[in-house]
Amino acid sequence: MATRKPASTAARRTSSARTSASVRQQTKKSSPVGQIIAPPAPEEFTKERELQAYNDMLLIRRFEEKAGQLYGMGFIGGFCHLYIGQEAVVIGMQMALKEGDQVITGYRDHGHMLATGMSPRGVMAELTGRRDGYSRGKGGSMHMFSKEKGFYGGHGIVGGQVSLGTGLAFANSYRGNDNISLTYFGDGAANQGQVYESFNMAALWKLPVVYIVENNRYAMGTSVSRASAQTDFSQRGASFNIPGIQVDGMDVRAVKAAGDLAAEHCRSGKGPIILEMLTYRYRGHSMSDPAKYRTKDEVQKMRSEQDPIEQVRKRILDNAWASEDELKAMDKKIRDIVADSADFAQSNPEPDPSELYTNILI
Amino acid sequence: MPRMTMIEAIRSAMDVSMERDDDVVVFGEDVGYFGGVFRCTAGLQQKYGKTRCFDTPISELGIVGAAIGMAAYGLRPCIEIQFADYVYPAFDQIASEAARIRYRSNGQFTCPIVIRMPTGGGIFGGQTHSQSPEALFTHVSGLKVVVPSNPVDAKGLLIAAIEDPDPVIFLEPKRLYNGPFDGHHDKPVTPWSKHALGEVPEGHFTVPLGKAEVRRAGAELTVLAYGTMTYVSEAAAADTGIDAEIIDLKTLLPLDLETIVASVSKTGRCVIVHEATLTSGFGAELAALVQKHCFYHLEAPITRVTGWDTPYPHAQEWDYFPGPARVGRAMIETMEG
Repeated sequence: MATRKPASTAARRTSSARTSASVRQQTKKSSPVGQIIAPPAPEEFTKERELQAYNDMLLIRRFEEKAGQLYGMGFIGGFCHLYIGQEAVVIGMQMALKEGDQVITGYRDHGHMLATGMSPRGVMAELTGRRDGYSRGKGGSMHMFSKEKGFYGGHGIVGGQVSLGTGLAFANSYRGNDNISLTYFGDGAANQGQVYESFNMAALWKLPVVYIVENNRYAMGTSVSRASAQTDFSQRGASFNIPGIQVDGMDVRAVKAAGDLAAEHCRSGKGPIILEMLTYRYRGHSMSDPAKYRTKDEVQKMRSEQDPIEQVRKRILDNAWASEDELKAMDKKIRDIVADSADFAQSNPEPDPSELYTNILI
Repeated sequence: MPRMTMIEAIRSAMDVSMERDDDVVVFGEDVGYFGGVFRCTAGLQQKYGKTRCFDTPISELGIVGAAIGMAAYGLRPCIEIQFADYVYPAFDQIASEAARIRYRSNGQFTCPIVIRMPTGGGIFGGQTHSQSPEALFTHVSGLKVVVPSNPVDAKGLLIAAIEDPDPVIFLEPKRLYNGPFDGHHDKPVTPWSKHALGEVPEGHFTVPLGKAEVRRAGAELTVLAYGTMTYVSEAAAADTGIDAEIIDLKTLLPLDLETIVASVSKTGRCVIVHEATLTSGFGAELAALVQKHCFYHLEAPITRVTGWDTPYPHAQEWDYFPGPARVGRAMIETMEG
């Protein structure tokens, strides 16, 4: 193109359009182009589903509020990244899973763990660094696992889990089962090089992995637009022919519907798929972040207009599936579970000094 | 003279360098608009604009790789890796490109970059926010490795590093950012504003790379330390009453062997302290050099006090951290041995 001298701008445009059209055709011939799929309509939830979603999301919210309190009181040290605001993502996705599927994520992981059914006591005790925490207190907030629940961590290095999640999917493929790997990462991690190495391999080998980009708009203190050339993360797989869907991550029904579609895509052998979850974290990046890079109004607007739990609560009440009192009772029960986990996490002893050298090759 | 924390001193070093030389650029994750997670670059974007101090995506390999290209073209990037624990994706660029450009191009190009990163534990960061990876870098020929222990050195060494023609890994012990932490974690830390080494000249000055400093003169035993362990060793000397000569290495590569040899030849005993793990740690290199150069002066085996050979645990931080009690015990044993 650069060497030609087009007669006019219009001619250049036409010529350019023709060229790119023919290039597209050629590409199409060799392999299907990664497509952007319209998000499926939110699933109409039954009464039981709505109540379950409400219960499970509220457990995460109350748990995280308590974790924030314990941090403020000095029972949790170091780093603690709260999931408040993003609850619909993990709860909706968990509903699309079946026995044997794997979940892996980064450091904002408490919600994922509770969603997989890991015990609030075990998670909270890990946050406080106690011996009955999931990693004997030695992992802390960002580093926990549960083989039983199919949860593969809990990883503190931004983006580090994406390649691992791809490997989990490879293992499923190798074993010939129809399990899938849910590989979660954030909008910040989406710029790490290894994400694209993973995308290429997953597409090349048609691995059953759902890449879930939890786009909560801020990578620590840097907004998406200040760090990303392509801010539509559902398109990030385009050059690997990986289809993507942009999902309302604040609506648990939309997440569930997209989750079902993605799971079916993977289970039927079509390879990886990307779900970009448009979501929002209410709290700072970590407990030490005053979040001065955004306005209070912005946070308040999301809370009052799109809160994932309030949405469900409203539908439950509108449909008269539960009364205010019944929802209150549910909340009370959850608060009791969380209080119990907090008591446990404060009274459970610290690991024995002999634990310093366990589970390490020396 | 103004008083500065280590954070302010590091910021001042970049400020002074940017003021003097348009080729100095500062970037990294959250470095521009947000001013860095530890606030080391706060205000620089406002002062020098977005083309000289800017945010990058979370992409360590890309950050370092781009900096090397810039440097080969004559710029002087001073970049931040948010935590030393995040540097590993960039290791290929550091070891294979930055460290070798001078050699590979027969001296036509050099790579004047500084890679700053907070290092070490003491803030309950656990295994991915507490590591001390200095030995990975000292193992690579072509790099310089600096670990300041106080505000005045941090500023002078950082300016020297920015002006240096070769790549410098600049490890900032994060536990020292606000005061000389000596490992007595149950006691309040003296702020830098009340410490002599918190007095930092306002303008341009350098502290030479490759020069160690005797922090405490002593006759009975030499302690080789750097970063946070300088203060832990001072506390251990005070607690045990041993007349130790404490050397703050400041630069690990190139190493000031002369100061080390002079001291150990005088005392005949040597304890090496670092927070990083023991096996193949920088202490092993120091021990080998000391036994080679001071063999006939040694009156006891050289001892190392280090982090244990495990990941940095979230719980048991103070069991892991080589505190004054462990350093003190090693000093006593070395006196007896």
